[in-house]
This record gives sequence, C-alpha cells and structure tokens, in this order.
Amino acid sequence: MSKEPVAVVGIGQTKHVAARRDVSIAGLVREAARRALDDAELGWADIDAVVIGKAPDFFEGVMMPELYLADALGAVGKPMLRVHTAGSVGGSTALVAANLVASRVHSTVLTLAFEKQSESNAMWGLSLPIPFQQPLLAGAGGFFAPHVRAYMRRSGAPDTVGSLVAYKDRRNALKNPYAHLHEHGITLEKVQASPMLWDPIRYSETCPSSDGACAMVLTDRAGAARSPRPPAWMLGGAMRSEPTLFAGKDAVSPQAGKDCAADVYRQAAIADPRRDIDAVEMYVPFSWYEPMWLENLGFAEEGEGWKLTESGVTELDGDLPVNMSGGVLSTNPIGASGMIRFAEAALQVRGQAGEHQVDRARKVLGHAYGGGSQFFSMWLVGAAAPDS
Amino acid sequence: MPEVLKAPLVVEFPFTRSLGPVQSAFLTGLRERVVLGVKTGDGRTLVPPVEYDPVTADEIRDLVEVAPTGTVTTWAWNHEPRRGQPLDTPFAWVLVRLDGADTALLHALDAPAPDAVHTGMRVRIRWAEERTGAITDIACFEPYEGEAVEPGGHDGAFEDAVHGIVAHARLDYTYSPGRAQTAYINALSSQRTFGERCPSCRKVYVPPRGACPTCGVATSEQVEVGPAGTVTTFCIVNIKAKNLDIEVPYVYAHIALDGAGLALHGRIGGIPYDQVRMGLRVEPVWTEGARYPDHYRPTGEPDADYDMYKELL
Repeated sequence: MSKEPVAVVGIGQTKHVAARRDVSIAGLVREAARRALDDAELGWADIDAVVIGKAPDFFEGVMMPELYLADALGAVGKPMLRVHTAGSVGGSTALVAANLVASRVHSTVLTLAFEKQSESNAMWGLSLPIPFQQPLLAGAGGFFAPHVRAYMRRSGAPDTVGSLVAYKDRRNALKNPYAHLHEHGITLEKVQASPMLWDPIRYSETCPSSDGACAMVLTDRAGAARSPRPPAWMLGGAMRSEPTLFAGKDAVSPQAGKDCAADVYRQAAIADPRRDIDAVEMYVPFSWYEPMWLENLGFAEEGEGWKLTESGVTELDGDLPVNMSGGVLSTNPIGASGMIRFAEAALQVRGQAGEHQVDRARKVLGHAYGGGSQFFSMWLVGAAAPDS
Repeated sequence: MPEVLKAPLVVEFPFTRSLGPVQSAFLTGLRERVVLGVKTGDGRTLVPPVEYDPVTADEIRDLVEVAPTGTVTTWAWNHEPRRGQPLDTPFAWVLVRLDGADTALLHALDAPAPDAVHTGMRVRIRWAEERTGAITDIACFEPYEGEAVEPGGHDGAFEDAVHGIVAHARLDYTYSPGRAQTAYINALSSQRTFGERCPSCRKVYVPPRGACPTCGVATSEQVEVGPAGTVTTFCIVNIKAKNLDIEVPYVYAHIALDGAGLALHGRIGGIPYDQVRMGLRVEPVWTEGARYPDHYRPTGEPDADYDMYKELL
C-alpha cells in the first residue's frame, strides 16, 4: 500500500526574542500552537495526536517538560510523544509527526518544538565537567571552529565568505517579522569588524540565543482538501545519524548528511538538486556552514560551495536563495530551530512568506542538524501534491 | 583487572522560571497566605492551578481562593529525608485536597511516625516564617482537628506580584570512565598514551572507548601511540569561559598522535598563538602529578604534509 500524502496546512511561530519573561513555557508553546491552528482554521478537537521536540532536558533543567505541556497543547486523551535529537530535533519532530500521517495512523497531527533559552543554560548543559578529563572548551563555537578551518583549507575559500553569509542572513531577517535579530544598521564592514571569538569564527557569524516556539499542523489528503489556504506537500523526508567522533569521520561533510539528502532526493525524484530545487532553508549556526552544507547537500561539488555564496546565488533574489527567513544566524531557540527551517520551506511553497517570499518557489528543502554533526533531518516540500 | 576509576560528579545550576499569569498569582498568593485554585469549564477547582483546561484545552483564568485546611487523599512515608526536602526529620509525602478544591496538592506532612498518618485525616498548612512567593512558603502540612476554615474571597489580583522564581537544580552522580578509559588514564599518569585497536577495521582509538563505534565490536588490543603528533586543525579561543582557568587567547587543536586513527583535542603552547598552523608537529608537555598533558608544544620537525593527515581532521 502506498503512503498517504502529507500536507502542511497550518504554521505558527512566536516572535522570537532574547527573553519572553511574560509567559511560562506552557504559555510559549501554546502561542505557537494556537497560531498554527488558526492558520489551518482548526480547533483542538481536530487534532489526533501531538508530537513535540526540544533540546536535551539539561538545557532548561525541566525533566521531561512534555509531561506538563499536555493541557497547553490540547493533548489530554490523545497520544503525545517527544522526539530527542539535540539541535536537529525540530526537524526530526516534524518528520515523526509526518510519518504518523503518511502511515495512516492519524489524520491530523500537531507538531511543535520550542526552547526558552533565557531560562536555560546551553553552555552548562553542553559542558558538564567530567572527572579525569582536562577541561579545555566551553560552548559550541569552539567545537565547530576547527571544522570551519578544515573546510577553508580543503576548499581554498577566501576568508571573507563567512561574513558574506552573515550579512545576507541578517538582511533577510529584516524582512521576517518573527526573526529575533533585526539589525537595521547592518553592513558588511560591521560584520567583518566584529570580534574574533573562536578564530576563524567572528561574533557576527554566530547565532543568537532565543526564546521561541514553532508549530505545524500536518494532515492527510482529505485534510488538505478542507484547508482554507494552499497546503505545502511533503515530497520526501529522511533522518540519518552517525557518531560524533569516530576514526574516518568527515566533520566537514558528514556521510550521514550526504546519505540523508540522497534519500530525500530519491523519494522526491530530484535528479539534480541545484536545478530542481528552488530554495533551501538550512541549519547554519555559524556562517561558514552555508558553503559546507551546500556541498554536503549536493548543491555544489566538494570545495565549490563557497562560490555560490560569493557570487550571490544564495541571496534572497539569487538563483538558489538560502535561509530566506534569516536563518539560525538570526533566530536560535535551539529545540525549535530545526522546525523553523522546515516551516520556512513550507511557507515558501505556500506563497505565505511575506516580504521574504521567493518568486516561484515550487520545491524548497528544509534541513536541520544537531549534536556534533551527528543527527540530520531534512524534508523537501512542494506546492503541488506528489503524483500530480 | 585493575580497579575501574570512580569519582563524584556534582552538576548544579540555578534555573530561572517565568511564571505566566496563573503561577504568578498562585505563588504570590502563598506569600500572602492565600491558596488559589482555578475554575475549569466543567466547574471543578484545580489546586495547584494550571493555565489550560485539561478537558477542553481552553485558556482558564478564573482564580478562586480555597481553604488552608484539607484532607489527605493518599500518602507515603519518607524514612530518610534528603537534602533540599521540606523537613529534615522523617515525614510523610501527602496529597492533600484542600477544602474547596477538587484536586490534590503534593506536599510534606509533619507527623511523628507512619502510624500517625492515614488517608482521610484532616490537615492544615503550616506557613513558613519568611515567604517569598514560592511553594516553600508552605513549610509543610500538620495534623488538624479543628473546624474547617472558610476561605476568603480573594480573586488573585495582587500588588507587587511575583513573576519569576529561581529553581536550583543539583544532580549527584558517581562517575566512572569505564574499563578502557581507566587503563588510558592510568597510563597517562606515567606519561604514556595507549589506545585500543579495533579487531575489525584495525583503526586505533585514542582515547579508547572499549568498542569501535563504526564496527560495533569490542576492542581490547592495547597500542601505544605518540608521544608526538600532528595538529590537524585548530581554532584560537579569544573568549574566556567562566568555568575554565586558561588565559586567552589560546589554541585549541585537534592532534593526531602518531599511530592514532583519529585526533584528540588539546591545547598548543610554546609558540605564539598566531603561528600555530595545520600540520604543525607537536609533543606533550607534562606537569608533575597531572593526569594528562598540560599542553602540546612544537617538536621542531618540519610540518607534516596535508595528504598525511587530511583524513584525521
């Protein structure tokens, strides 16, 4: 029996900010969920199941927060489950929800991801002291910076490429009312003059720390037929994982990422991603990851990704826009960040991205990764239903 | 087999919590010796109150005061109170349905022994002397034989409401690095570095993990590596981390020790930070009594060729 086609009919997110002191975690997730339901013109009773994701419990120090969020998300009396894949969780949460529809277990599923980083401490959560080990590093920047240097060496990219990505993403964010950073006075010179934190990563080439939530309503063909607005159709979706560190790991272009993309392209009959895909919303927490992922996802040959960035191809009005929303570089509620990528891809093919809408965006890829480049999740969504 | 290393590991952090409108009223109420519940769509009163109706999922904001007296609905005896619990002598964990409420609140009951506790017994709140707007403003419950106390008619609006709390999280572990890493750590104290070779792919894991993550098989063959190695990639850390006693800037490097199948991470010293480069040949610098090299310094050998280490980044 073939799979049920999966449609995105509702999308909601909070205005991402540094701190939402006016709401509890329940109030935060509720806001995104309500907006997604409103977009779909559905009520709580129309939802069959809820699939939620966030970063590890250590971040906010709330053990299994999904347990107490059931009433805020209308999940009482329904299946509710939590997905747990570090920074990629927003993407894998959406895919678990999509699979429940595709397998005809449920007709309509609410999926949601969040982080309230103002009430959490990611650095503490990621850098627990370990007895007998030399404490050397704190935070994600220092972990990823050597991989960026390895990419620069391997590709021969000029050292300005990272700043071009940051400048582009921050300008895109100005067109997105939900983005956290709205740096109205941003210039390339300011990015390039910002302090070097973990050389070769500058301050302006890193993501902020945000409070926010993102929700989507996923449904089957019948649900899509009742949708008041154009649905986004899932054309392919996949997840892959590999260890953080192992002999032979390619941290610059992990095999799990390549395999995940290949699986999505096979499902969606994408022969040439550069030609067949109109835009990409990818997980770029440090600016250099744009050219790195362009190669990993097959949009450029190995060592050539930076040329797409440098020549303006990835600009909002370029031939392959990347991170139209402003990306993780402009908004990073960690657990939600993957789902925001997936939601932006859906917004684009629904023609509902407002000022950051890409013309004729018919097929858009949403991408997330997490941990030490060990979890990958991606989906390709289209304006037209599969098989039509 | 030598004894496996163990050490205490305590992680703790003060988390902040924004309360939202309902928890804000509830905790501010406790500060003022007022217990608030919330009315649901079907007319029940939930204590402690929640923001959303568990039946209809509607937002609920109709706060009502309930009594400081109530009935134990079930309980469990706590023989050995632990750090941070409401009482430091043995006590009963109780669920108390306060008069006027339809649900029960979890708290502690101060009772001399388990035979002094029973389901259905009447109890009342013992308020803390100093109250700040936290669940600990209820010091505990105590047995109560008197009349039921009528609740006041508070509506939950307070001057100077509490909007946030600080929740101290603390976890006590006993950490053990396991058999393979214990051998590695013990060898380091005699300034030697041992990895383990995978019997299947023949790669040498440093530090060893007791198993090869790629092949999924146990490793046991010990292989000495180094002492010298090659910087395969690195970054220059310019921001000082709160929990680290290392002067910035410093170089954090991936170092492939000679014979190792992957790089380990270390600090580079003995050379200006801006002269460190990929391919630099380095050796460990030990300090007396340390469990690991303090840092790595240049050996003075010519740099390694990129092709020799490009798979070890």
